[in-house]
Amino acid sequence: MSSFAAIYWREIILLRHRLGRQLAAAAVTPLLYLLTFGYALGGHLKVGDHSYMEFLLPGLIAMAGLTQAFSIASEVNITRFYTGIFEEIQASPTHPLAYVLAEVASGLTRVFLAVAVISLTGWLGGFTLAMGGFFWLAVFLNGFTFSALALALALRVRSHADQGILNSFVITPMAFLGGTFFPVESLPDWLGYPLRLLPLTQASRAIRAACLGEAPSLTPFIALSLTSVIFLLLALQAVGKARD
Amino acid sequence: MLLQVEKLVKDYPGVRAVDQLDLTLEAGEVFAFLGPNGAGKSTTIRILTNLTRPSSGQAWIDGVDVFRRPLAAKRLVGLAAQTINLDNDLTVAENLDFHARLYGVGRAERRRRSAELLDYTGLTERAGSLTRELSGGLRRRLTLARAIFHRPRLLFLDEPTAGLDPEARHRLWALVEKVRHDGVGVFLTTHYIEEAEHLANRVGFINHGRRIAQGSVPELLARLGSWAVAWTGGETKFFPDQEAARVAATAAGGQGFNLRPVNLEDVFLSLTGKKVE
Repeated sequence: MSSFAAIYWREIILLRHRLGRQLAAAAVTPLLYLLTFGYALGGHLKVGDHSYMEFLLPGLIAMAGLTQAFSIASEVNITRFYTGIFEEIQASPTHPLAYVLAEVASGLTRVFLAVAVISLTGWLGGFTLAMGGFFWLAVFLNGFTFSALALALALRVRSHADQGILNSFVITPMAFLGGTFFPVESLPDWLGYPLRLLPLTQASRAIRAACLGEAPSLTPFIALSLTSVIFLLLALQAVGKARD
Repeated sequence: MLLQVEKLVKDYPGVRAVDQLDLTLEAGEVFAFLGPNGAGKSTTIRILTNLTRPSSGQAWIDGVDVFRRPLAAKRLVGLAAQTINLDNDLTVAENLDFHARLYGVGRAERRRRSAELLDYTGLTERAGSLTRELSGGLRRRLTLARAIFHRPRLLFLDEPTAGLDPEARHRLWALVEKVRHDGVGVFLTTHYIEEAEHLANRVGFINHGRRIAQGSVPELLARLGSWAVAWTGGETKFFPDQEAARVAATAAGGQGFNLRPVNLEDVFLSLTGKKVE
């Protein structure tokens, strides 16, 4: 427990040292997507009974969960390949689970900060999102899933350059195809069905349903809970493998 | 016995980095592991601090099985790694605080111990500085302060003075002396002969992963004699006393020579045919 608190404390101190940059970084990508896809391209579009902006904002929140959670991968790589802090942690009496949970908690903190920034951006643009219990649960599970995945991958790569390549194959395709910008149901079945298996697609659905006041479906919550556990176990395994 | 190592082996593909290593270390003792780069010194430390898995062998620290009870063993150990692994984005005090929290040191003890160690290492005035702003010598001192923060029984120092100027090196030696005086066992790796001669109660020579000799500095030197004559032509001979060395040197005629006390480099050279440094 003390190791968990120590690692999370370090992440918060680092976050505090660069809070301005962190918030700006969290705002710039969704802001660009809002301007491009929301105002410029989708101003007159409708998705079902909702305006495209109402459809897009929850998708951007889900996508921010992915990108912000994945930003811990860079931090983990810095501790492994540059500062050596990962070795300092490994030499200490820190249980692998404490390390993994602390990094996931750090990822979740970034996700919640990003959600605050996007919500504020949307509110300034005249869109208020409904944020009930199911919304926060979906945001939590989404952030947990991708933080654990980011950690599992970051601990397996052999260089920082490998991480960049990995991001290109995981983040970018999922961000565009995970139900953030368009409903996957509009795609042909051969593509739409596999895309429904992506955790981001499930997160987009759950967050969108909560934001738009629709009846929640249990399926995305079960799917995200399962992926959270699977990626947590993969991250735990990766901590052990990173010893050598 | 503070540290006991039996038949430690580490194999990497195509190379045996540590080969059937046996070691012991007592509390309040400095044991220097001396050998050239790539001899297996750092690998030994990485294994004993659970950063690398051994291929086989056993080790106990204060009776705790290092490989079966890693978390318990880690609590007994402090490590100052060869590569300085401080957090550049944290201040000096925050680096200490982070380490202390990792080891579960309580708030009051953290404050007290932090003030004590900053004073101990002469870093009090730099407590609020970012670590990246420190010189190499100050960073080494901070690494040492961090390694002993949680009061380990056994301290591993992996090439602690690598890259330091002579003054910074001597300041660090003084700190290691203090730590030893406090009853901590110190396992030191180095390829500086004078560092081992200055600090160590016992020295172990390692080459190609094998311990090739071990003993106190006087015991190891006595294998060759007390004095050496190094002739300009390259040959070096050893003698039991200064007078015998002088007689031999002058008897050789007009050839230039250097008359000097035997050192650990001579011992290592006689064992392996190559220099440590």
